[in-house]
Amino acid sequence: MNDMSQPPVAADGAQPLRFEAPPSTSLIAHARHIVAENPVTGFAFALFALILLAAVFGPWIVPYDPLASNTSVALHGPSAAHWFGTDQLGRDIFSRVIVATRLDFSIAVASVALVFLLGGLAGVMAGFFGGWVDTVVGRIADTIMAFPLFVLAMGIVAALGNTVTNIVIATAIINFPLYARVARAEANVRRDAGFVQAARLSGNSEWRLLLTQIVPNIMPIMAVQMSLTMGYAILNAAGLSFIGLGVRPPTPEWGIMVAEGASFIVSGEWWVAFFPGLALMTAVFCFNLLGDGVRDLVDPQRRN
Amino acid sequence: MSSPPLLDIRNLTVEFATRRGTVQAVKAIDVSVGKGQTVAIVGESGSGKSVTSYAVVRILDRAGKVAEGSISFSGVDLVAASEAQMRDLRGREISMIFQNPRAALNPIRKVGKQIEDVLLQHVQATRATAREKAIEALEKVKIARPQERYDAYPFELSGGMCQRVVIALALACQPQLLIADEPTTGLDVTTQKAVMDLIVELTRERGMSTILITHDLGLAAAYCDKVVVMEKGRVVETADAKEIFRNPQHPYTRKLMKATPRVGSSLTDLLPDDQPKRSAPAKTAAALATASEPPLLIVENLVKEYPRPVTGSFLAKLIGKGEPEKPAFRAVDGIGFTVRRGETLGLVGESGCGKSTTSMMVNRLLDPTSGRIVFDGQDIGAIPARQFATSAFRRRIQMVFQDPTDSLNPRFTAERAIVDPILRMGKIRGRDALRARCEELAQLVGLPIELIDRFPHQLSGGQKARVGIARAIALDPDLVILDEPTAALDVSVQAVVLNLLEELKQRLGMSYIFVSHDLNVVRLLCDRVIVMKTGQIVEQGTAEEVLGAPRAEYTKELLNAIPHPPL
Repeated sequence: MNDMSQPPVAADGAQPLRFEAPPSTSLIAHARHIVAENPVTGFAFALFALILLAAVFGPWIVPYDPLASNTSVALHGPSAAHWFGTDQLGRDIFSRVIVATRLDFSIAVASVALVFLLGGLAGVMAGFFGGWVDTVVGRIADTIMAFPLFVLAMGIVAALGNTVTNIVIATAIINFPLYARVARAEANVRRDAGFVQAARLSGNSEWRLLLTQIVPNIMPIMAVQMSLTMGYAILNAAGLSFIGLGVRPPTPEWGIMVAEGASFIVSGEWWVAFFPGLALMTAVFCFNLLGDGVRDLVDPQRRN
Repeated sequence: MSSPPLLDIRNLTVEFATRRGTVQAVKAIDVSVGKGQTVAIVGESGSGKSVTSYAVVRILDRAGKVAEGSISFSGVDLVAASEAQMRDLRGREISMIFQNPRAALNPIRKVGKQIEDVLLQHVQATRATAREKAIEALEKVKIARPQERYDAYPFELSGGMCQRVVIALALACQPQLLIADEPTTGLDVTTQKAVMDLIVELTRERGMSTILITHDLGLAAAYCDKVVVMEKGRVVETADAKEIFRNPQHPYTRKLMKATPRVGSSLTDLLPDDQPKRSAPAKTAAALATASEPPLLIVENLVKEYPRPVTGSFLAKLIGKGEPEKPAFRAVDGIGFTVRRGETLGLVGESGCGKSTTSMMVNRLLDPTSGRIVFDGQDIGAIPARQFATSAFRRRIQMVFQDPTDSLNPRFTAERAIVDPILRMGKIRGRDALRARCEELAQLVGLPIELIDRFPHQLSGGQKARVGIARAIALDPDLVILDEPTAALDVSVQAVVLNLLEELKQRLGMSYIFVSHDLNVVRLLCDRVIVMKTGQIVEQGTAEEVLGAPRAEYTKELLNAIPHPPL
């Protein structure tokens, strides 16, 4: 047959020009291209690797025990011995900041994973099935959105009890509308796509259509959503701890450390609050930049 | 022609920077357009015909640039012109019409206002005269009741009407050159005729030059003075329109002309001469042989109604007491037909005639409001669409979709797409057996086996169409509904796919319902034809009768609107 010898150019008239598609593009080669095109993305990925490193190996690489107090060096400024200085109990702030990474990161990952599963599934079902499912999910999302979200998170933690698990749950709940709405919109536009109809003709049940046709196709968008909300989740967890909910001292956690350091700023010991705050800001910044990078990586428009 | 051409493109090369180095989309082409001349640039997708026009008005995207050559427009060098100069030229001297008229109009602004905007911007009217001039412009493009249409929003107008408004916008400033990039693709054939007639009439009247970019040789022949044929970025032939059809010089031109269906050609005529020819299939033989058997499909009095929006006061709507304004809208209005075994039935009509709704009901993706769909003796219309996936009839009625790209899951390889129906409803189990069956199907539809591990975006349009066909025939169905299966394909690919479909039908003993608006294609493939309009059947009979000697006015109108290349 004659058209087989031609390069794979799309034959749809809408696209004026399409160049030969690569036979296969490995993810790594693609990632290298993205990073080369946008160095900020490379920076975000490097920062992310650093955070991951601190989260996994933190307790083994820090110079001091993050819980050991040594009042003889209390409230010393940054020095060669204590890079970030020491707090009111003489604990090494650098060690505490590094060790805290694991806890803050875990809370963020756990809550994002939870909301991705619940919010994503609810949203996909609402978008795909429509009808009463759509109404119920939509109203739940509206109800949550009606509250000031941080106050709602405070309320949930206060009501359920002051534990890390409840911080995770509260963070997941306040992110629910975001995930449900994105998933709903993406599922809805694909509901009557040709390939879904074709799969219906192939004898797939509605649930199987949802899981094999719809879900894999909205995963890239959800991945972007996840990396964007990671930063928000970290901020939220730290915020709850800052006001005394959730994680309790002396556990090293960025939010608590900022709260503890806040009272020393007026007396000139700025480093107690500054460095945990800097760590928090860096993490949030990193995840926000990462969202753009992930979008570039998974967006088929850019992957020609 | 002694006077210098209005537009002179010399040795133009356009390059695009891609990840794998630069690609030449247009390679050293020469095109000239004289004053008052209508020139067609014809080619298949990827031939560089649109890129050429984008280079002329300098709207290439960021990755593209003119690498070599010159474009001069009545003495102005367009390659060297400043952006400010270009802005002044665009619209005032050169204007463009694009494929999708709806996308070219601002959806939230009245069309009259949009015309005024252009007139005011190019100082063709003052605030005081703008309204009057805009209505005049609407009148010129033959929009009925222009006073009322002035206040219409684009969504209130049909596709053909929108394209007329776009033409009015393009011609508002009396430009010297009009570039029309596939202006009628996606419009119905009667609308196409009206729009093309209008463009030609208006441009002749004003002595304007026109470049018509199209994939349709028939359209180029019917409306243009000169034809430029492009293939893969090169101009392969430039000739007088009458001359090129009588005596095409380049092999590619000949191949294109051959592949374009026309009155009197048969399916195998469409293939290039060097293709191995199968014996011309005797179309009606199969159908006649089984004429005595009961039909495979009987559709009786089929109706699909959609409720109209409820009107009444807000409060009445709130408590559910609003009154429907009119009786429900009937998309399909009591139609009946039969399909015999081994027969191809053509379902023809313009957009909105109900042909797609009918096919969706027959393939049981949509529930009819009333009527019977009897398939092999059983009323399958009684099985709700939601439960039909688990019915034993599901595997016997399959479908090939219009858009091969949209109908393949971007995350499934070709193999996974093809075996999907087998996994759900077939008896073949086990990785190796499935692979073997998939390879067999790929061979049947002429898809090279090494391609079945690819994802859709790595396949060409023709290859994707083959994957869609392989999936539809994977379970040896009795009835396959072909919903404009070649509408998104280039004509040379269409020729191959149509032949493949006919061959498969004969080999596997299937029946087809072929849904299409392209009467030339229907003529080639179908034994019997049904012509639909506003949900009802206007005419039905054998393909020869209906398309050869139509009785209904509407069928005649449809047939007359098709642009034909001269024989």
